[in-house]
Amino acid sequence: MSTHTTPPPLWHNLKYTVIGILFGIVFVKAEIISWFRIQEMFRMQSFHMYGVIGTAVIVGMISVLLIKRFNVKTLDGSSIVFNPKVFTKGTIIGSLLFGLGWGITGACPGPLYAQIGAGYLAVIVTLLSAIFGTWTYGFFQSKLPH
Amino acid sequence: MFDFLFQPWPWYVAGLFIGLTVPTLLIVGGKNFGISSSLRHLCAACLPTKVPLFNYDWKKEAWNLFFVLGVFIGGIIAANFLSNGEPVQINPKTTQALQDLGVTDFSGLMPNDFFGTAQIFSLKGLLFLVVGGFLVGFGTRYADGCTSGHAIMGLSNLQWPSLVATISFMAGGFLMVNVILPQLLKLL
Repeated sequence: MSTHTTPPPLWHNLKYTVIGILFGIVFVKAEIISWFRIQEMFRMQSFHMYGVIGTAVIVGMISVLLIKRFNVKTLDGSSIVFNPKVFTKGTIIGSLLFGLGWGITGACPGPLYAQIGAGYLAVIVTLLSAIFGTWTYGFFQSKLPH
Repeated sequence: MFDFLFQPWPWYVAGLFIGLTVPTLLIVGGKNFGISSSLRHLCAACLPTKVPLFNYDWKKEAWNLFFVLGVFIGGIIAANFLSNGEPVQINPKTTQALQDLGVTDFSGLMPNDFFGTAQIFSLKGLLFLVVGGFLVGFGTRYADGCTSGHAIMGLSNLQWPSLVATISFMAGGFLMVNVILPQLLKLL
């Protein structure tokens, strides 16, 4: 395994842009970025979004299982490390607040970028407000229950 | 022959591709899928402060920003070159309920009634763009993840906190859409 001599140049990250482009196209083509679809989901009036998320979770679960079972390495031969999720009070309070926001904007963080790309320029305001929300959390982090 | 590209894609195609993002990112670079982190990196990159949450070398996490740049470009490509221009085919019951709440524009992916650029400086813009966005940004970081990091990556990796998070944000969404939003729209 290579050592930490020189970090790879920033443009090496362009491969993630390619993956992101495919991801963004799926977001738009399956109408996951549609505010109408999210309203329909939370009104339990369509299976569409549940089907998308359910299928994604099952495919993801099988993939992770196979990666662990066969000790699959990354392309450059490194071990794959999974980041555990830690439970805090924020897991519930933060998620509830995020859900309230999702019900308004019809977009979780990923779709925000695709909505702007799809030409809904007002969503730039939503994104800036989301960045400010994240910053505000950081500012008050030590004072909030965890 | 390529007609299917221009039609809306069914849920199982979307679910398959989104699910495959998990192993793709892991194998390509050992990256754990998660999008709300991009908001944190943007804070660290653009709003340098002494706040501990943003005091780290964001360039090491730059892959996440390159990824969301791709999501943005994917949005441009799909909307301009792969769209049939038809309205989203939602349940007529949803359409009726939204009409009752004052939605008139069903032509695109989002109603111009709330998300048009003309709304940016209106009360509707304040609610749908500013308040909504703030809750998404504040809530996802407080919860340490969003739909991608918790519901997809976390559940894929059998993390029980992610199950709690998923149930909680679904509950928040149900509450907002069915109870709070209809009341707020009566005031606007």
